[in-house]
Amino acid sequence: MSVHLTAIRQALQRLAGKPLTTLLSALVIAIALTLPALGYVLIDNVASLARGISGKPEISVFLKTEVPAERVKAIETRLRANPQVAALRFVPRDEALKQLAARGGFGDVTGALADNPLPDAFILDPRNDSPASFEALRAQISTIPEVAQTQLDSEWVERLHAIVALARSTTLLLASLLGTALIIVTFNTIRLQILTQRHEISVKLLLGATRTYVRRPFLYFGLLQGLLGGLLAWALVTCPLFIVAPQVEALAQRYSIVLAIGGPALWQAGALCAFAALLGWLGAAISVRRHLHDGLVD
Amino acid sequence: MIQFDHVSKHYPGGHEALNDLSLEIRHGELLVLAGHSGAGKSTLLKLIAALEAPTAGRVLVNGLDVGRMRQSQVPYLRRSLGLVMQEHRLLMDRSVFDNVMLPLVIAGQTPADAAKRVRVALEKVGLAKFETAMPITLSGGEQQRVAIARAIVNRPSILIADEPTAHLDPAYAREIAALFRSFHAAGVTLILATHDDTLYSPYGARRVELAHGKLLS
Repeated sequence: MSVHLTAIRQALQRLAGKPLTTLLSALVIAIALTLPALGYVLIDNVASLARGISGKPEISVFLKTEVPAERVKAIETRLRANPQVAALRFVPRDEALKQLAARGGFGDVTGALADNPLPDAFILDPRNDSPASFEALRAQISTIPEVAQTQLDSEWVERLHAIVALARSTTLLLASLLGTALIIVTFNTIRLQILTQRHEISVKLLLGATRTYVRRPFLYFGLLQGLLGGLLAWALVTCPLFIVAPQVEALAQRYSIVLAIGGPALWQAGALCAFAALLGWLGAAISVRRHLHDGLVD
Repeated sequence: MIQFDHVSKHYPGGHEALNDLSLEIRHGELLVLAGHSGAGKSTLLKLIAALEAPTAGRVLVNGLDVGRMRQSQVPYLRRSLGLVMQEHRLLMDRSVFDNVMLPLVIAGQTPADAAKRVRVALEKVGLAKFETAMPITLSGGEQQRVAIARAIVNRPSILIADEPTAHLDPAYAREIAALFRSFHAAGVTLILATHDDTLYSPYGARRVELAHGKLLS
């Protein structure tokens, strides 16, 4: 344990020894991480915005006009018993007509009708959000003989799923590319360190230091530098969001949308820092392995 | 005990540093390696410390075949040796104390124990008052004494020195030689490569002369 503490202390001394270089390297890492991290947070917020605009997707079930009241009751019971149905609302044909009449411009039209042409209807909230489940439930309900038509409002869900999936893939690709950049940055930083410390390293090897002993401070350096970059990236993601959040929320309010823009959750911030630290460690490991064995050090 | 068994060492480019050399160094012996520059003295010492590997033959240090040992075993061999190089190889950005402490830190000694041993080693080489000094502020002889303190701080049974007095004036050279003789008197096996064997020959040293990688005497 003490050898690890010694290595961590050495790594911290190296970081503190050149504060400007440390800050600049950490900033490069932070900027590389900020883009995908910001993308991830924005995807989360866009998804929540979409939910706010459209509400939960529903299936409208329209019955045939001549269905007797007792059959309507039986169908309601059957639908309520279906485990895929989370909630159910019955809209009688008279109420539907009243609602239509209440809408601007339709009052005269409904007044001129001799009979109510609208059917009884049920509005279902499916338990499962996936488009495939909607389709399955709709197909199941369509087999009821008294059902004239089912209307599935799932297209937007499919589109949203596609957009979010595309955005997530793009973010993942961006994260991979910039993660590689982070490894390269750390690789080069460690390479320069090994070059400047080659005398010290060769003296340590001469005095009986194992390669693990020599490697360890560099690995901790990469890890700590990555962690520092991760913390800065978290700050770079969170601060702009907190600045723009009130304006966006106020704008959403004007469209009667309750929107709460949030930065990364604590676990997300932790994952970001851990990811950055891991990449820093990886870059350092590759660099040390490469440069301690290629004759750079005696 | 150290044994060279028909050892040859060829460097890339064709230079033959040692040629079919056989030599035995007994425990507690004081061995002086003499010879002109390029005779193979430094190569012989480097082979003992596994800083080089023989091209042919075997080098045995306390029964271990140095040329064939795994890379992971080499550090433990070096910890059992005390090495004093011609060019000191001190860390100029660390104090005298930290330089001498380095082998103990590498060996995983606790700071308290290490500090005690560092002070004892500095006392032995007469640098107790210089522990906070930076090596750059010391004379060549004092720097060499720091290197000696660093070599003995781990209490090695074998002490190897490559031209330890090469760049020192005669007074400093005599001081350093006396220091080495005192370690030998304490039971340490001492192997020195030097141009000036008169510093050791009157004190029971075995003199071995090399020329063109071969043993002359």
